[in-house]
Amino acid sequence: MVEDNVNVAESRAVHKWLRKFDLKTMGPAIALIILCIIGYSLNTAFLSDGNITNLLTRSAFIGIIAVGATFVITAGGIDLSVGSMAAVISGLMIMIMNNALETFGTGITTVLIGCGCSIILGVGAGWVNGFLTTKGKIEAFIVTLGTMGIYRSLVTYFADGGTLSLDFDLRDTYGPIYYGSFLGLPIPVWVFIAVSILGWILLNRTLFGRYCTAIGSNESVAKYSAINVDRIKTYTYIIQGLCVAMATIIYVPRLGSASASTGVLWELEAIAAVIIGGTVLKGGYGRIVGTILGALILTTIGNILNFTDLISNYLNGTMQGLIIIVAVWLQRADWKKGSNK
Amino acid sequence: MKLLKLLSVLALGTAIALPSTAMAAEKIKIGVSYPTPTHAWAAGMNWHAEQAEIRLEALYPDIDLILVNSSNPSDQASAIEDLVSVNKIDALVILPIESEPLTQPVANVKKSGVLITVVDRGLSRTGIEDIYVAGNNPELGIISAKYMMSRLSSGDNIVILRGIPTTIDNERFDAFMAEIEGSGINVLDQKHANWNRDDGFEVMQDFLSRFPDIDAVWAQDDDIAIGVVAALKQAGRDGDGMFVVGGAGMKETIKGIIDGNTLVPIDVLYPPSMIATAMDVTVAAFKSNGPVAGRYILGATLITQENAASFYFPDSPF
Repeated sequence: MVEDNVNVAESRAVHKWLRKFDLKTMGPAIALIILCIIGYSLNTAFLSDGNITNLLTRSAFIGIIAVGATFVITAGGIDLSVGSMAAVISGLMIMIMNNALETFGTGITTVLIGCGCSIILGVGAGWVNGFLTTKGKIEAFIVTLGTMGIYRSLVTYFADGGTLSLDFDLRDTYGPIYYGSFLGLPIPVWVFIAVSILGWILLNRTLFGRYCTAIGSNESVAKYSAINVDRIKTYTYIIQGLCVAMATIIYVPRLGSASASTGVLWELEAIAAVIIGGTVLKGGYGRIVGTILGALILTTIGNILNFTDLISNYLNGTMQGLIIIVAVWLQRADWKKGSNK
Repeated sequence: MKLLKLLSVLALGTAIALPSTAMAAEKIKIGVSYPTPTHAWAAGMNWHAEQAEIRLEALYPDIDLILVNSSNPSDQASAIEDLVSVNKIDALVILPIESEPLTQPVANVKKSGVLITVVDRGLSRTGIEDIYVAGNNPELGIISAKYMMSRLSSGDNIVILRGIPTTIDNERFDAFMAEIEGSGINVLDQKHANWNRDDGFEVMQDFLSRFPDIDAVWAQDDDIAIGVVAALKQAGRDGDGMFVVGGAGMKETIKGIIDGNTLVPIDVLYPPSMIATAMDVTVAAFKSNGPVAGRYILGATLITQENAASFYFPDSPF
């Protein structure tokens, strides 16, 4: 009898927990499904193979950057410099590869040199942000606002105000990184999947991930719990830099160019993807899967707006804003509060 | 004694550096103010302005051109105030970053007796400038439409990628639409691609998924056209007589036309070198024996393989 009661109570609690948990985690997925239904009803070509692969490939840039941003935000930081960082790394990569061309030819070596430099630059830029925030004791918002401006003007300077273009012969070697596919999926999508899985394991299955959450929840408590807060926070910025470098490596072969308009507002799109996905902006709770869905939602909105002429072009921003707010509202608003009482 | 006097006169002369200031005072000073080059077109403009400065100062030793660039309207307003108060300019060549906020500052400069040349973007009040030099946005649309009509027939489908939502974009678009009206060419849809390669690529990808039959693309701008071409090649739809019409006169595009590129066979000129034209005309206002005040609207020339070489500047960043 007593056991039964316990079981009932337990199952009720589990049930309640499930219901409460469901909307929080399923919110982004539901929003994405609704968007897909809207897209399909507007034009059946929305679900065509070509469009789906376009969508996934396009999401890869913001998605990969947003995986990095999930760590930074979970640990209570913010990185506004990612868009400019992507632009300046793209620019430097192109310059390095164009120069290496004379010595190493148009083969794979030159491309590998470019990619290697990209990763070094990404890690370096991330470390600078991390170092200034932790050791320099400057707010992350200010540090990354500063580096954002610096990187943006550097790429303008390197490009002489114009556009840096990759040598045309190199594009044939490098092109497949963006345009090629493996087992039916474009390479950028595979990179996105790999980064997502690694990110998920790192955040959910390692000590490092738990430290990030702890620091984001309460930095002082984390410090007293013998967590090396400065080091962990710096690592989150380095991971962010690494993600930007990965995104850049698949971005450059697309059009083979970088200019002052490369990566504009990517930082806000990445942050929006993270928050739509359910990560808390003030830190302490992060969801990689949500972030990925968030990135897909953002790309899908743009895609759907291109698929219809029902809405004036001038109102694209309005639609994007509304959908972002509704998507977050769906998972944040305390829908279950009434029924719990 | 005589020697001493001579020496002291010489010393006095060099001490107050009379020769240089006297010469500078005689010089005709022309201030040139334009936006900071943050995108390719503006970088091209910056390059052409610098070239014109070298050329004109070599031609006329008594002309002094002062180039200043500013990143936003209020900086530009301060910059032109400085040109008047510090540099004591005789003429001002200005490409206003925005029309509205710069109208009053330019009017103030005019009141101090300076000759005003306005480039490209007009001021919001008429009668301030003495000389106006600009590209022709409606004509760019008309020339592009005429070319489309010469290549396409009734029932053919095109898509349009527009720029950043601005007056410039509207003028081009409206003139294009008015010109093709009645030709039977269908405009499947038009979207803004913000004069940007990445947006051009993505918008075109979506057009390609959406419309199985597209015969030509009006990209309106060479940067957008680069994204469009990449999307066409990715989808394997760059054959069958498909063509893309851009605009502006980017050196890579012009090079392609010289080399006989069939996908982007022509370009419509909207030259960043118009700043050089404006500087020439302004100098002519001091040097020519004919009248120069008035409005100079540059043609939106159709660039084809025949005339492309004269619009090709390999050293310019644009």
